Amino acid sequence: MVRGEPIRVLIAKPGLDGHDRGAKVIVRALRDAGYEVIYTGIRQTPEMIAAAALQEDVAAVGLSLLSGAHMTLFPEVVKRLRKAGLKDVLVFGGGIIPEEDVSALKKAGVRAVFGPGTPLQSIVEYLNENLKVAR
Amino acid sequence: MPAKNDPPDLIKRVRRGEHAAASRALSLVVNEDAVADVLAKDFFKCSGVAQKLGVCGPPGAGKSTLLGRLIARYRAEKIKVGALMVDPSSSVSGGAFLGDRLRVMEHATDPGVFMRSLASRGMIGGLTHAIFGAIHVLEALGCRKILVETVGTGQDEVDIASVVDTVLCVTTPAMGDEIQAMKAGAMEIGDIFVVNKADLSGADRAVSALRGALGLGRSAGQEPQAWGPPVVATSASSGEGVAELAEGVEAHWRYLKDSGEGRARLKKQHAAELRFWMQRRMIQAALDRVSDKNLEDLLALRTDPASLGRKLMRAR
Ligand SMILES: Nc1nc2c(ncn2[C@@H]2O[C@H](COP(=O)(O)OP(=O)(O)O)[C@@H](O)[C@H]2O)c(=O)[nH]1
Ligand SMILES: [Mg+2]
Repeated sequence: MVRGEPIRVLIAKPGLDGHDRGAKVIVRALRDAGYEVIYTGIRQTPEMIAAAALQEDVAAVGLSLLSGAHMTLFPEVVKRLRKAGLKDVLVFGGGIIPEEDVSALKKAGVRAVFGPGTPLQSIVEYLNENLKVAR
Repeated sequence: MPAKNDPPDLIKRVRRGEHAAASRALSLVVNEDAVADVLAKDFFKCSGVAQKLGVCGPPGAGKSTLLGRLIARYRAEKIKVGALMVDPSSSVSGGAFLGDRLRVMEHATDPGVFMRSLASRGMIGGLTHAIFGAIHVLEALGCRKILVETVGTGQDEVDIASVVDTVLCVTTPAMGDEIQAMKAGAMEIGDIFVVNKADLSGADRAVSALRGALGLGRSAGQEPQAWGPPVVATSASSGEGVAELAEGVEAHWRYLKDSGEGRARLKKQHAAELRFWMQRRMIQAALDRVSDKNLEDLLALRTDPASLGRKLMRAR
């Protein structure tokens, strides 16, 4: 059928920080933009995130992290996803991420990084553009 | 390497137990992709083997937490488990917030557990049009217990009792007054009633209120029912009462197998699935044939809706 089925996105919080207000704000914004958003909650290991992404057949995985461990955890999630055979899943990240880390993260396969204060609309627009063509 | 969505390859891999293949197959089935019927034809052969459990009740009652507890029990016995967790789609955006995984992430990396969140996608009543197809994928994957979580009882288009074998209705002590309100829908379809959050005060009262309400349904002189729905108090957060609940679930499964009821229910499920398929495909196909010219004909009074409708329904 040629109906446009909603695109599925997973939002996860790897690492140890327990604040997920920001992550839930993104979840709601994406839902309101027509996405089916699976939210896995806090303190997820990269293995758990990859397994959830595989079972949920998502087009993108968004990672939110405030604890500062993004340089190890984000690339680890990308690695686990690829290992699980999820080659096309778009990985993006947000949270407290210093500008100077962005290029290293992108090199590690994190396609987009949204720093603090990024308007929700630009995240939504980014996904709208990049997921439509990926499908 | 075969194409990603190649049906014979997908079928083979699903039946081998590969989660990646099941995940893809689920998407194709849920999205009513062109190859979905090919997959469904094969997967249907596995139907009727697994026990399908419906876990229904209002938001916040603890359904997902309970699901996690039941999964843990089945896994301790090495039983392969599947879970489908349905949440409503937003009628405005068409999107959905699927948050049930939050409570079951402990099972995320267990190769013996496959879980999938589903959005209702326009269907009222807490289920999704694709629920039957989704269940068949998990059956083909080799799951022997399949848990379906849903808000409400889905009574509007298809009720949960025509989808699963055993219906668990979950309430909490805080919802004591709602027990009266729910009697119309849930009281009739529940096979097991759960008062969750029994760690909160008022649990005993809620249990006896439920037992009372259930007893009222049976009038004097009526034959005793072969299955009297038990009321179980649980605390999903601590795990208390979950063993008793699991025993109740097993007892119901044995009852279904030993009596003719299991067969009767499966027949009812197949009837509901068939009706669904026909409704979705035949009515949709006829609706798709409605052209602007048809509407112009109506405007010009060259025909009438009934005559036109009959013609469109007959067309191939
Ligand atoms: N006190 C108490 N809280 C519980 C219990 N079971 C679940 N909860 C909490 O109730 C909330 C909703 O639980 P959830 O499983 O998501 O409910 P659902 O919406 O029915 O799936 C969560 O905060 C749980 O931690 C319980 O047995 N006792
Ligand atoms: Mg839930």
